[in-house]
Amino acid sequence: MKISTLNFLKTNLIIIALFCFGLVNAQEEDPEKSKEKNEQELNMDAVFSRPTLSFDKVPVTVGGYLEANTMHRTEEGITDGLSFQARRLTIFMAASISERIKFLTEIEFEDGGKEVAIEFAALDVAFHPLFNFRGGIVMNPIGAFNENHDGPKWEFVERPDVAVNMLAATLSNAGFGMYGKTYSGNWIFGYEAYLTNGFSSRIISNEEDKTYLPAHKDGDNLFEDNFSGKAMFSGKLAIKNRKIGEIGISYMGGTYNKFEDDGEEVEDQAKVDVFAIDWNTTIKATGTYIVGEAAWIWAETPDTYTQQYGNKQRGVFMDIVQPVYKNKIFEWEDATFNVAARFDYVDWNVGRFKETNTKIGDQILAVTPGISFRPTPKTVFRINYRYEWKTDILNNPAERAATWYMGFSSYF
Amino acid sequence: MRMKSYLLGSLLLLPLFFSCEVLAPQEPEEYELLDGPVEDLTMAEAKRFIKGDVAFNDQIFTVETGLGPIFTGTSCVSCHAGDGKGHPFVKFTRFGQSFPGVNEYLKQGGPQLQNRAIPGYEPETLPPGAAHTDLIAPIVTGLGFLDAVRDQDLIDMSDPDDLDGDGISGRVHWNTRPDYVSDRPETISKDGKYITRFGKKGKMYDLLHQTADAYNQDIGITSYFEPYDTYSGDKMPSEIDRQTISDVVFYLKTLKAPIPRDQDDPDVMAGKALFGDIQCAACHKPTLSTGYSPIEAISYKEFHPYTDLLLHDMGPELDDGYTEGYAHSYEWKTPPLWGIGLAKDSQGGQYFLLHDGRANSIEEAILYHGGEAENSKNLYRGLSQIEKDQVLKFIESL
Repeated sequence: MKISTLNFLKTNLIIIALFCFGLVNAQEEDPEKSKEKNEQELNMDAVFSRPTLSFDKVPVTVGGYLEANTMHRTEEGITDGLSFQARRLTIFMAASISERIKFLTEIEFEDGGKEVAIEFAALDVAFHPLFNFRGGIVMNPIGAFNENHDGPKWEFVERPDVAVNMLAATLSNAGFGMYGKTYSGNWIFGYEAYLTNGFSSRIISNEEDKTYLPAHKDGDNLFEDNFSGKAMFSGKLAIKNRKIGEIGISYMGGTYNKFEDDGEEVEDQAKVDVFAIDWNTTIKATGTYIVGEAAWIWAETPDTYTQQYGNKQRGVFMDIVQPVYKNKIFEWEDATFNVAARFDYVDWNVGRFKETNTKIGDQILAVTPGISFRPTPKTVFRINYRYEWKTDILNNPAERAATWYMGFSSYF
Repeated sequence: MRMKSYLLGSLLLLPLFFSCEVLAPQEPEEYELLDGPVEDLTMAEAKRFIKGDVAFNDQIFTVETGLGPIFTGTSCVSCHAGDGKGHPFVKFTRFGQSFPGVNEYLKQGGPQLQNRAIPGYEPETLPPGAAHTDLIAPIVTGLGFLDAVRDQDLIDMSDPDDLDGDGISGRVHWNTRPDYVSDRPETISKDGKYITRFGKKGKMYDLLHQTADAYNQDIGITSYFEPYDTYSGDKMPSEIDRQTISDVVFYLKTLKAPIPRDQDDPDVMAGKALFGDIQCAACHKPTLSTGYSPIEAISYKEFHPYTDLLLHDMGPELDDGYTEGYAHSYEWKTPPLWGIGLAKDSQGGQYFLLHDGRANSIEEAILYHGGEAENSKNLYRGLSQIEKDQVLKFIESL
């Protein structure tokens, strides 16, 4: 949701005031404690699993992260040269209102503050480890990335294609629901279930000229109006074995079009269903970290519309991160160099043309090797080289593009 | 010691900064692409070309920006990917006219069938019994050169009564034109009609006529030039500004002519000679020249489109029973052959040739020829396989 400049200034004032008030007594979370906590966490806990500053006399913790990079992109031999990007500044603030009631918000400033978005602002009420209420502006629990998107956690400057350009990460909507976790030995089981506002018809009528869930985010009054008038359900089940890894399955879907207007039926009701599987693991012997997600979308469109807007999409990404050197460097204990690689694939229009029975294109395939340096787990410096092949809907020869990135992302 | 290692490690990163261009995909050769401007545009013209390029290739119409409600494509580029030939996925149907003159189905949605509709609307369906034909979009490069050929040059090439007795009797298309178009330099009119030259039947006068009509009939966009909504038939406010249409017209006028390839290949050279020998060049004229154009880069230039822009009887196999303007249903305008070898790069890697994409190879397209081209087709059939391959290789090199 876009907020006005006045609200932006007010927000900043509040944050600065809190910083000033607590500066003397500000404390970082104990790293040992957080390592132990990590083992008990699922991907869905990412929203509360962030380094924050807490203040002795204030029940508030504050944190955030900053991402900046340089980029040099060449598309079919043509380049616009080097650019410097300060992609986002995100600030989060949590408050323990009482023993069982917490509030957390995440506000993101993009494009130098021209775009300000509330990504998350929810009240959590803990009734039981297996039953917690969450309401407000919630992140829909779809895939691995949407709820766990903080820049410093990733070795790549670009966000995964499937997450951002297919599943609309970071996607949040107004609504409420519940979540919970339970433990048994090495096993952890978690769930989330929310009812929120849903998508809009923009997903099948947009300037990308394809079925494109992220186009929904360009709409107005997203946190006030539900375009279709029908609630969207999103939910996730996740299971983790501390020695093996975590796997999650998630779903979100519902009606996306305004099929009734003033009580009159004006269109056939159309639904979108999104299904995702995500996984992450660390191979203990080598320290190799693997994370990824695969997703499928089914969107109903009228037969009389156009195949330009596909009914079925699929995509996957996988990151492999290998620490190669871990030692004290300067004053940083456990500073780590990593080599990493990402595979991205999205097919925005799975199917064959009715007219020719030939395969529909509209795909992207990319590989991104990279190296990263983490002086501490909270800060990452990274160099990535992304090479991509993008085909148009007709499956004409792929347009190739190569992009160098060098940047950093750090919690503060 | 450790500090030295870190510095050395940092220095090793330096080559990365200098390898941006080395590891990047190289720019395709100019002759491999259809898009790009003609040479020698002024800087102001180049800027305008880019504006038109953006409107033509990047502007996607949505429900919010005026798409439809009934349409055949969502953008210019949906029918002309890479400025190339259309794909059957975006083929469109015209209907309602069997004989030269007026379309009898204008009140039933003619001449174009908008076969797609935004949600909540029903697309048009073909009226039972209406004459019709399917069409796919042509390559759009080099159109400025074709637009700048003088009317008199077309008349000079025509031979409607076959006075030279070669069996080829091309004729110019005398047709009406809308009021919003302007005379091209040295235009010639007869009985209130003008020589029209764009479109498969050559019914469009110029690129403004073609562009404004395409926005309206293909995408459902009303404009100052074509203000009537294709769905309701009502006059509507413009959904695109005049400047954008003007920029697109300028873009189309200044797209470069396709660049032939492998012209020194002996087979291509032999094929070129055979192409003339079997009289293909009687209609697919290798060389034309432009008259005056306000765009200096295309003014008084010789170019090689392999067309005469005239209407020819193409025989019963290509006669779909539908026509436009004052052409007969068996008549088609000679399509330029330039760029044909690159056509499949905009058609998903496979040829869809002739007006409706029915031919999947150049040879298949040749064998569909009839009427005035019957003799040429038979001469082609009489060639040895090596000679046929040479002709095909030559055509593919254009």
